[in-house]
Amino acid sequence: MTLDLPFIFAALMGTSILVYVILDGFDLGVGILFPFATPDERDRMVASIGPFWDANETWLVLAIGLLLVAFPVAHGAILTQLYLPVTLMLIALILRGVAFEFRAKAPAGHKRTWDFLFWFGSMLTGLTQGFMLGIYVMGLAWTWWHIGFALLTGVFLTVAYSFIGAAWIIHKADGALQAKAITWARDGLWGVVLGMGAVSLATPYVSTRIFDKWFSWPQMLWLSPLPLASAALIGLVWWTLRRLPLDGDRLSWLPFVATSALFALGFAGMAYSFFPYIVPEAITIYEAAAAPESLWIILIGALIVIPMIAAYSAFSYFIFRGKATALSYE
Amino acid sequence: MDALLLSRIQFGANISFHILFPTITIALGWVLLFFKLRFNATGDRKWMDAYMFWVKVFALSFAMGVVSGITMSFQFGTNWPGFMETVGNVAGPLLAYEVLTAFFLEAAFLGIMLFGASRVKPWVHTLATFLVAFGTTMSAFWIIVLNSWMHTPQGYELRDGVVHATDWMAILFNPSMPYRLVHMLLASGLTVAFLIAGISALRLLMKDKAEGTKSAFRTGILMAAMLIPLQIVAGDMHGLNTLEHQPAKVAAMEGNWETQSNAPLLLFAVPNKETRSNDYEIGIPSLASIILTHDADGVVPGLNDFVAEDGTILHPPVLQVFWSFRVMVGVGMLMLATSWLGAFLLWRRGVDRMPRLYLMGMSGMAFMGWVATLAGWYTTEIGRQPWLVSGVLATADAVSPVAAPMVLSTLIAYLLVYAGLMIAYMWVITYLARKAAKGETLPLDPRQGVAGPDLMPAE
Ligand code: HDD
Ligand code: HEM
Ligand code: HEM
Repeated sequence: MTLDLPFIFAALMGTSILVYVILDGFDLGVGILFPFATPDERDRMVASIGPFWDANETWLVLAIGLLLVAFPVAHGAILTQLYLPVTLMLIALILRGVAFEFRAKAPAGHKRTWDFLFWFGSMLTGLTQGFMLGIYVMGLAWTWWHIGFALLTGVFLTVAYSFIGAAWIIHKADGALQAKAITWARDGLWGVVLGMGAVSLATPYVSTRIFDKWFSWPQMLWLSPLPLASAALIGLVWWTLRRLPLDGDRLSWLPFVATSALFALGFAGMAYSFFPYIVPEAITIYEAAAAPESLWIILIGALIVIPMIAAYSAFSYFIFRGKATALSYE
Repeated sequence: MDALLLSRIQFGANISFHILFPTITIALGWVLLFFKLRFNATGDRKWMDAYMFWVKVFALSFAMGVVSGITMSFQFGTNWPGFMETVGNVAGPLLAYEVLTAFFLEAAFLGIMLFGASRVKPWVHTLATFLVAFGTTMSAFWIIVLNSWMHTPQGYELRDGVVHATDWMAILFNPSMPYRLVHMLLASGLTVAFLIAGISALRLLMKDKAEGTKSAFRTGILMAAMLIPLQIVAGDMHGLNTLEHQPAKVAAMEGNWETQSNAPLLLFAVPNKETRSNDYEIGIPSLASIILTHDADGVVPGLNDFVAEDGTILHPPVLQVFWSFRVMVGVGMLMLATSWLGAFLLWRRGVDRMPRLYLMGMSGMAFMGWVATLAGWYTTEIGRQPWLVSGVLATADAVSPVAAPMVLSTLIAYLLVYAGLMIAYMWVITYLARKAAKGETLPLDPRQGVAGPDLMPAE
């Protein structure tokens, strides 16, 4: 039996993008929410992501690394098209990553500047990633019309990040900050809904191939759980947010977990649409894949290491479970 | 300027910025482990004080390394698509192993190392410190394997112009890898040794009486004094290896135009590519032959051997390679002098009676490791031109079709950000030192293993 290596790698890469969007999504979201918080609250918000953000960002490195190593041709084709937004995103990631460290070490008087940069970097990261998503969905062509659409997805993704960030804080904070986060989340839900809606409507519109994949019989039937489950999850999140906080902090985890599931569904839908293309409607994963011998070498490593990564990431989340308190190098 | 040149400058700027921080974290991780183990063994809180100060520098450097590293992994696609298309089958697995084995290890355990001391058992914390140090060293290993393979490729075959791996052991243990790895790890050790000695000297100058500062100062000086001779030997061996595999690079390093025996070691010269000779040459007769062949009559290859029949130049630019090499070796000699003098003074007079002048000089050396490391990499990388992968892929064939003005504008943006961050980074480290020298950080109580009131802002 021969393994379908390109498919396995596409799945691995897709999974890391999804994990990245959820995990870095929440810590970017925390940054995006900075202007709404008081300086003390900011310290606690930062404390809630302190031990994690670095590992979260590593998923981006893994995702882009897998694209680079498993689909070298696509890596070049996609990234040269996205040259400008990629550069802006990188600069934004640089600013926020270092602002995070500097704000804690620079003198108190400089803290406002670093807080500003942390917010700015997180915002710009969300905007550029959403923008790239939009351009990608539209087939990587730069027309004014596509740029307009991409600007919209940029805003939606940023709001969606702030939403999952708020959901994270709901779980990791208590008292006044938690109450605030609940209102942030209520105000941000629309970003998730509109973002998913926009991408879901745009993809079939751009390509008749994708349109037929979704809107022909009996596929429509098999696929119907996807939108239905998404709608149910959105309803559930909305319902919980109206009732939180509950006694004994019950269900404070629910918005975060439900949102993650929602992101996963949206992602599954996109993956279904684009498969087997990696550069939309131009290059398939089979055309872009690296040589099988090299893919084998990577696969063996990945199969040994990814479970370990999962295990020690879980260990780290376990160590830092519970409500975030002020962090220090203890 | 054309897109090729701009892309090269951009890549050079990005990787130069990136390498500065791994150079610090690779060795600083091990030094932190050393501080921690000393503390575990002696229970003396001064070791924990030293740990507490340097772990902050580590966290800051690590963050700078991570964010600039992310830039690196995108650069291949944005600026050098031809690189992965041609050699992706070799470069890909190596980069993948780096991400899989090293980055996740560091990233997951960094959280525990930095913030987890009170949440886990002491041995778990020590273990986390070890794993982070080990992870950064693994990163260096994989990336150096790749970089060395680009210099001395083997274990592959070309099919339709694309590289396919045939022998992974040959790829991993390519001829220049051991030398480059050892030399790089030592460079990292020296950079950290001088950083610690330099910043501690600054604190001593500010009348910092803390025992932790003195121990750190001693550690820095002794570490530097021990590593520098090893580095010089390793550098010499590295050069001999290069002579064997990349003679054109050595010819450029020596500024030697004609193949000759009794080649002089040039102390000063301005290589001139128009006249293909050196202006203002000052040299020591026969010394280059002695160093490179261990024989005064030994023959040293000359640049003129690397010009094709039709006049195409097949050797790297000489001026840059010649001078970066001299900067590196010059800093190395300066390091030898300052660290041995320091060790001598420590032995005769002790930390408390170090001459002020020496401490001032040492503070000036704090970031010298960076200078030598960058100079060394420029020698190595520019010395490989016009090849990106020696004999396999020319740099000009890998460049992306992105338009020059676009590359120029992003280059300017990067440079502005880097300049700002560089100033902030060096400033914050000295600020932390000044603050610590005034005793503003309260150390934690070692015996209980829990944090005392720490005036450093929470993170
Ligand atoms: C603290 C840093 C430092 C110091 C003091 C030195 N070096 Fe170095 N050198 C490096 C840091 C470095 C480096 C940045 O790490 C390089 C670039 C690539 C590499 O592996 O090491 C390097 C490259 C490099 C090369 C290029 C080899 C090649 O790419 O083909 C040679 C021949 C030497 N070194 C030789 C020396 C000698 C003879 C030294 C004696 C003083 C010396 N280095 C001191
Ligand atoms: C870490 C220290 C390094 C520094 C400071 C450095 C610096 C440079 C510089 C200055 C150039 C431009 C050369 C020229 O234009 O003549 C260059 C080229 C390049 N280097 Fe390095 N390099 C380093 C390590 C690496 C490593 C580890 C890799 C590979 C994994 C690498 C891959 C490349 C590539 C792909 C180029 C392409 C452009 C070119 O050759 O012009 N470099 N590097
Ligand atoms: C083209 C070359 C390079 C690429 C693509 C690259 C990529 C990266 C990336 C993506 C990270 C962040 C990882 C994380 O998320 O934790 C990183 C960090 C790191 N890199 Fe590089 N890198 C390159 C060159 C180098 C070189 C030349 C060295 C050293 C010899 C090096 C050593 C490290 C180390 C030790 C770290 C982890 C610790 C730290 O951030 O300080 N890298 N690199």
